[in-house]
Amino acid sequence: MSKIVFLVPLFPLLGFLINGLGRKSLSKTAISIIGSGVILLSFLTSCYLFTQVTSTTDSINSVVTLFNFIAVEEFTIPFAFQVDQLSVLFLLIITGIGFLIHLYSTSYMKEEESHHFGRYFAYLNLFVFSMLLLVMGANYIIMFIGWEGVGLCSYLLIGYWFKNNDFNYAAKKAFIMNRIGDLGFLLAVFWLLFKLGTVNYGDVFTNVSQLSSFDLTAITTLLFIGAMGKSAQIPLYTWLPDAMAGPTPVSALIHAATMVTAGIYMIARSNILFTMAPATQTLIAIIGLATAIFAATIALKQNDIKKVLAYSTVSQLGYMFLGLGVGAYTGAVFHVMTHAFFKALLFLGAGSVIHAMHHEQDIRKMGNLKKYMPITHLTFLLACLAIAGIPPFSGFFSKDEILAAAFAKNPLYYYIGVGGALMTAFYMFRLYTLTFLGKFRGTHQQEHHLHESPSAMTIPLIVLAVLSVVGGFIGIPEVFAENKHWLEHFLSPVFAESTKLAEAHHLSHTQEYIMMGTVTVLIIGVILYSINSFNKYTGEGDVESSGIGKLLENKWYIDKLYNTVIVNPINTFASFLKNIFEKKGIDGVVNGVGKLVTYSSRQLRLVQSGQVASYLLIMILSIVVFFLIWFNDLSIMRFLNKIF
Amino acid sequence: MPIQYYIYFCLTLFSIGVIGVLTRRNAIIVFMCIELMLNAVNLLLVAFSKMHHGAALASNAATTAGIDGQLFVFFIMVVAAAEVSVGLAIIVMMYRSTHSVDINFLNRLKN
Repeated sequence: MSKIVFLVPLFPLLGFLINGLGRKSLSKTAISIIGSGVILLSFLTSCYLFTQVTSTTDSINSVVTLFNFIAVEEFTIPFAFQVDQLSVLFLLIITGIGFLIHLYSTSYMKEEESHHFGRYFAYLNLFVFSMLLLVMGANYIIMFIGWEGVGLCSYLLIGYWFKNNDFNYAAKKAFIMNRIGDLGFLLAVFWLLFKLGTVNYGDVFTNVSQLSSFDLTAITTLLFIGAMGKSAQIPLYTWLPDAMAGPTPVSALIHAATMVTAGIYMIARSNILFTMAPATQTLIAIIGLATAIFAATIALKQNDIKKVLAYSTVSQLGYMFLGLGVGAYTGAVFHVMTHAFFKALLFLGAGSVIHAMHHEQDIRKMGNLKKYMPITHLTFLLACLAIAGIPPFSGFFSKDEILAAAFAKNPLYYYIGVGGALMTAFYMFRLYTLTFLGKFRGTHQQEHHLHESPSAMTIPLIVLAVLSVVGGFIGIPEVFAENKHWLEHFLSPVFAESTKLAEAHHLSHTQEYIMMGTVTVLIIGVILYSINSFNKYTGEGDVESSGIGKLLENKWYIDKLYNTVIVNPINTFASFLKNIFEKKGIDGVVNGVGKLVTYSSRQLRLVQSGQVASYLLIMILSIVVFFLIWFNDLSIMRFLNKIF
Repeated sequence: MPIQYYIYFCLTLFSIGVIGVLTRRNAIIVFMCIELMLNAVNLLLVAFSKMHHGAALASNAATTAGIDGQLFVFFIMVVAAAEVSVGLAIIVMMYRSTHSVDINFLNRLKN
C-alpha cells in the first residue's frame, strides 16, 4: 500500500491547528480557504487511494504501520492505518461530503465573528480528523482514539453557541450518552485483549475461532452497546435530536458523513465476530427495527424542521442496524452511503431554508417557499424522494436491499420495516409540503426577505442532489441485472468470511418483483395522501392533539422518563453529596483539624509564661517523672528501701 | 559515720537549693541556691568516693578504686567558679541597666 496514506488524516489535523491557533489573526476568507482546502486535499488523496484499492487487495497488504504506539515487553500496539475496500469507501464519504459541508459552512456561518468563525472551522476539521482516524485505524485502539475524538468534537460543536445554556445542556447530554456507549466499547476491547492478546483487526479476525461462544456473545454485545451510543439506537438515542442545537451544517456533518456512521462502520468492520454470535445479531436486528419504527412515529408529529430530520436519521440508522443484524453488511454500508448523500442534502437544504427564514425553524410558520427558493426546493424534493425510497432514487436500492435481506431472515422484520418505510414517506412529505407548498404562513417581514441562498450554499446542494439521484446505481439488485451490484463485488473481500458462514438466502425473482412493486405503490400512495392532507394547511384551527398524537408530540415522554428515572435521582444524589457530604462531612473534617490545631496551640502557648521559675518547675517535675519511668517502680522501691 | 547520714544531708541541701531556685526572685539568691545544689552533689561524690575507696583498701593496700569520684569534684568546682564569675558579671550588668535583680522583671523578650 502506498506511503501517502498518512496524508489523509494529516491535512485536517493541520487545518485544525492552523485555524485553531490563528483564529484571532486570520481573516475569514483565509480561514474558509484553509478549512475547506484541507478537506479537499484529503478528499483528493482519498480518491487516489481509491484507485489503488481493487477488489483483490487483501487485508494484509492494506495495512500501513507508521510507528509503535504502545510497546510493553512482547505486547505492541502499532499506530497503523488499514486502507481496504471498506475504509476507502468511508474515506470518500467522509472527506467528500465533509468538503461539501465545509464549503456550505463558509457561507452559512459568515455572520459569525471572526474568531468564532475560526473556532468553528477548527472544530469541524478536528471532527473530520477524528472520524478519519476512526475508519483508518488498523486496530481497535486507534479506532477508539477516533471514537472518542468524534465524541469530543460533537460536544464542542453542539455547544458551539455556548452562551445559550440549553445548547450547553444538549452538548453535555450528547457527550454523556456517548460515554455510556464508549464504556461498552472499551470493555469489549479489554476483553479481546485479555482473550487474544491483540487488537489488530487482522490478528483478531483470524483467531476468532479461539473464542468461546460466550466470549463472542459478550464481546459483540459490548461492541454493540458502543455502537448504540455513537449511532443513536434505543435506549441511547435521545442525544441525537438534541444535537440540533449546533449550527445546521454541523447537524449535516454529524448525521451524514461522520459520527453516527461510526457504529455501523465498527460492526461492519468486525463483521466476522458478529456473524459468529447469532444471539447478538438477533439483538441488533430487534433493536435496529425497534429504533426505526419508534423514531419514525416520533417524527410524524414534530414541527421543528431539524427535529423531523433528526428523528428520520435515528430511524434510518435503525434500518442500517437491521441490515447488520440480518447479515446484510453490504446493504448496511450501502445505506450508510446513500443516506449520507440524501441526509446531508436534507440538512443543508433545511439550513438554506432556516437561513432564508432568519432562523425560524417551525414548519408551521413556513410554506410556499418553492416560489422563492427554486434550487433549494428542487434539491430538497429529490432528497425526500430518495429517502422515501422511490425508484430509481438512491434510497430505494439500499433500503430495498436491507428489507430483502430482512425478509429472507424473518418475514416479520420485513413487514415491520415496510411499515417504518411508509411512515418515513409520510413524515418526509409532510415536512416537504408544509415547508415548500401551500401558502406562506410567516410574517410579512419574513416574506419580504425571502431569497435563494448564495452559490456557496447551492452548489453543494446540487452536487448532493445528483449523488442522491444516481448514487443507488452502484448497487443494482440481482433481479434487475445479473452481477451489476458493483458495491457488493467491491466489498466482498471484507465480508468474505461472513459470507462463507451465513446460509445463502435467495428470494425468487417474482417474489422480489412483487415485494418491490407493492412497496413502491404503497409509498407513492402515502406520499400523495401526505401532500394532499397538508397542502391546505393554514395554521388556523390547530387543536391541542390528544391521545396518541400527544404522546408522539412529546416523543413518547422518553426524555421525561429518563429525567425522572435517571437524571433527577443522580442530580439529587449529587446535590446531597455537594451540600451535605462535602460541606458538612469533608469540609467539617478539614476545618475541624485546622480548628483543633489553632485551639490547642492557643492553650499550649499559655505554658510559655516568661516566668523562669515556672520553667524550672516544669523542668524538675519532668526530670522526676523521667526518673520514675526510667527506673521501673520496683527498682525505685528497692533503692529507697536500701537507703531508708 | 554511716553513709546514710551523708545522703540525707545532701538530699536536704539539694532540696533547699531546688526550692530556693523555684521560689526566690532575687537573682543573687537564686545563684546562691544553684551553688548550694552543686555543693550538695560535690559532697555526695566525696562521700561515695571515700566509702568505695575504704571498702577496696581492706583487700588491697595499693588500690586506687573509687578515688575518681573526687576528681569529678575538682572539675565541678572549676566549672562552678567560672560560672560564678560569668553569672555575677551578668547580674552586675543587669543591675546597672535596670536597677533591679528581680528575675521576674526580666521578661521583656516575651512579647
